[in-house]
Amino acid sequence: MLRPASIGDLCEVIAAGEKLRLRGGGTKDTVGAPCEAQVVDMRSFAGVIDYDPPELVLTVGAGTPLAEIEALVAGEGQMLAFDPFDHARMLGSEGAATIGGIIAAGVAGPARLSRGGVRDHLLGFTAVSGRGEKFVAGAKVVKNVTGYDLPKLMAGSWGRLAALTEVTLKVLPAPRTRRTLIRRGLDAAQAVAAMAYALGTAAEVTAAAHLPDWQGGAVTAIRLDGFTESIAARAAMLPEFEPAEDADALWTAVRDAAPLPLDRPLWRLIVAPGKAPGVISALPHAAWLFDWAGGLIWLATNADPAVIRTAAEAAGGHAMIFRADAAMRAAVPTLHPQPPALAALEARVRRAFDPNGVFETGRF
Amino acid sequence: MSLVMPAPDPATLAKRAEIVAALRAIVPGEGVIDDIESLRAYESDGLTAYRQPPMVCVLPETVEQVAAILRWCHGNRVKVVPRGAGTSLSGGALPLADGVLLGMARFNRVLDIDYADRVAVVQPGVTNLAITCAVEDAGFYYAPDPSSQIACTIGGNVAENSGGVHCLKYGLTTNNVLGVELVTMEGDVIRLGGRGLEPAGLDLLGVIVGSEGLLGVVTEVTVRILPRPQTAQALLIGFPSVESAGQCVADVIAAGIIPAGMEMMDRAAVHAAEDFVHAGYPLDVEALLIVELDGPVAECGHLSGEVERIALANGAVSVRASVDEAERIAFWAGRKAAFPAAGRLSPDYYCMDGTIPRRRLPHVLNRMNELSGQYGLGVINVFHAGDGNLHPLILYDANQPGQLEAAEAFGADILRLCVEVGGVLTGEHGVGVEKRDLMPVMFSEADLAQQQRVKCAFDPELLLNPGKVFPELHRCAELGRMHIHRGEVPFPDLPRF
Repeated sequence: MLRPASIGDLCEVIAAGEKLRLRGGGTKDTVGAPCEAQVVDMRSFAGVIDYDPPELVLTVGAGTPLAEIEALVAGEGQMLAFDPFDHARMLGSEGAATIGGIIAAGVAGPARLSRGGVRDHLLGFTAVSGRGEKFVAGAKVVKNVTGYDLPKLMAGSWGRLAALTEVTLKVLPAPRTRRTLIRRGLDAAQAVAAMAYALGTAAEVTAAAHLPDWQGGAVTAIRLDGFTESIAARAAMLPEFEPAEDADALWTAVRDAAPLPLDRPLWRLIVAPGKAPGVISALPHAAWLFDWAGGLIWLATNADPAVIRTAAEAAGGHAMIFRADAAMRAAVPTLHPQPPALAALEARVRRAFDPNGVFETGRF
Repeated sequence: MSLVMPAPDPATLAKRAEIVAALRAIVPGEGVIDDIESLRAYESDGLTAYRQPPMVCVLPETVEQVAAILRWCHGNRVKVVPRGAGTSLSGGALPLADGVLLGMARFNRVLDIDYADRVAVVQPGVTNLAITCAVEDAGFYYAPDPSSQIACTIGGNVAENSGGVHCLKYGLTTNNVLGVELVTMEGDVIRLGGRGLEPAGLDLLGVIVGSEGLLGVVTEVTVRILPRPQTAQALLIGFPSVESAGQCVADVIAAGIIPAGMEMMDRAAVHAAEDFVHAGYPLDVEALLIVELDGPVAECGHLSGEVERIALANGAVSVRASVDEAERIAFWAGRKAAFPAAGRLSPDYYCMDGTIPRRRLPHVLNRMNELSGQYGLGVINVFHAGDGNLHPLILYDANQPGQLEAAEAFGADILRLCVEVGGVLTGEHGVGVEKRDLMPVMFSEADLAQQQRVKCAFDPELLLNPGKVFPELHRCAELGRMHIHRGEVPFPDLPRF
């Protein structure tokens, strides 16, 4: 393992041309195909560089632990609104997630439904490309359209374009109050309809999830975040729902896909929310839950990957393997294969950052 | 005009008749415009200081026609400039003398509305406001609201990543677009995103939005629609100084409040707007804030009380809360009339668009006033205060020799100042031709080279909207060889072409 201490060191490491696997806390090491590439530990690029809460902007080293950042912004009554979380629990890994890893993996929890994902909150960055060159993109203000929006490309790129050293994120005020409302006993189609209905009202729903088996039955949950004064009024717009108890445990379970069995592969499907019930019907033996009002399906199943991917495509989406044994990850592409013209374009964009394939380790 | 566009290629100009015939074979009838008088209608966009009729204009109706046009132009090395409604304030749709202008106005249909998934699928020539009109009976709207929303198209909004007064809370175009169908310069039709929240691979949609028509031509857009908030209320707050108004903005945000809109006008802008529309603005203030809150009635009532308390604590000399929808609209009338009001003060005005960290506002306004004296040109300021996006309006008279050049130089100094204090050249209007030559103020050669390599991945022959965004056109092969060690260009003093 290499651990460059400065941008200069990092440029030299990358320019040497060896295949490299970028790593923060290592919590997602088991995502993607096993690969032999040299690991580059990015945790030397850590620390808070600038944080002025009323500007809604935070600049930190990409190797800074997520937990440290969350504690810092919480101290000012703020949050990373895309609802990031550490996958250590879901993947059974050691270590602590870094913000760079969160960005590279595009990690966003239940509130992503209403507040946007990593892509919507990464304002700018400094990185070293696969050419071994330092460059910056985006900016350190909340509103900017100067040049191409390269931060969008970094979010969810899984370390295939450039090694992030410094990132500027938009931060937002944290809600004062959270209230969860639930309905019990709905099937998948009824649950998706109920969540869509709630999201179509002026109640400003933050998160919406459906667990087919939670503490003895199906639970459809929505969350209202905001000022105490407004939440009662918003809850009154949704009389079909009742107040929930122990809501934090429910949302943590949704985020971590905790109710799903561990003895089979875990898939992450992103689909058009209204098509989510059809996916479940096509995979009758799978264990599942819905987040993002049905737009995110966590699926635990031994079903044929081709069948899963066909179902996801039929629902206007795609399927990624999130947790599986090494043999399966070696045999089945982790990311959903793209149509040929798009795959070719994406490969050209990757080469624009990494012409020699330094970051093309075979992991994805 | 100080702007230098790529020199027209004589060989392309010489085969104009052949190009027109090829386009007519793809788009029959009235869809190809080649007479000089008709082409004049397309000679500029919202940045009217720059004018250039295109070689020929083509108005396709189908994605197959768009693909065929781009494939033919790619094969024949003919440049293409895409255009929506032509409302760009940065010259993004400025034609080229040797280029085909690809007008997307005929793509004007709403294709699908899905209230359960809260999306609308539209063609790129649909106007921004028409999306809201299509869904408002069901209680929905499309959030980004650039001031040109009655005319500007969603395709143009995608190209420019357009904003508006509500983007602090609701985001720019990029945060409200879920998918596009795109035709590349080589004629491939590609779908990026869709009705799901994230793509399977790289977020190419994210780099298409705001790419100013340099990466592809969008032929379909899927946008997120939102339920209309229950109510909206505006507060009109006068301050004795810009500093106290700025501190009020910071304190509102520190109190955990993200208003739907938060606009500031300086003394000159307040007077110009009040003289024009008689909105009832207080005239004895140095800065005026309009703070709009939206959401449930109970929330608006609570938050407007909070904002009023914060304003008074910061020395506000007047606070008025709108009591009904008519008064809320009246409060906005002056702000929305700021540009035409500037037009009454002066024969011409030039609108700038930098963003700064808000804490630097007093310094930036002071420097701007000094520059105003130095150039002998007036300036009035309106400002999206929540997100630090400045719109200084420089007043000049194009009929006075040298004044346009002075206004451009003044504007460039303002944008350099924005970058110097940690901000950016453009918050929502785009780089286009207007700020193209200032890009090196904000980005190093290595930074720009990386952006241009992305351009090369989409359009290796640099045929789509050349002369925009990038100050120098590096050939893609040259970019492949250019090696910049540790961010330093070798021989930084050598000229590069």
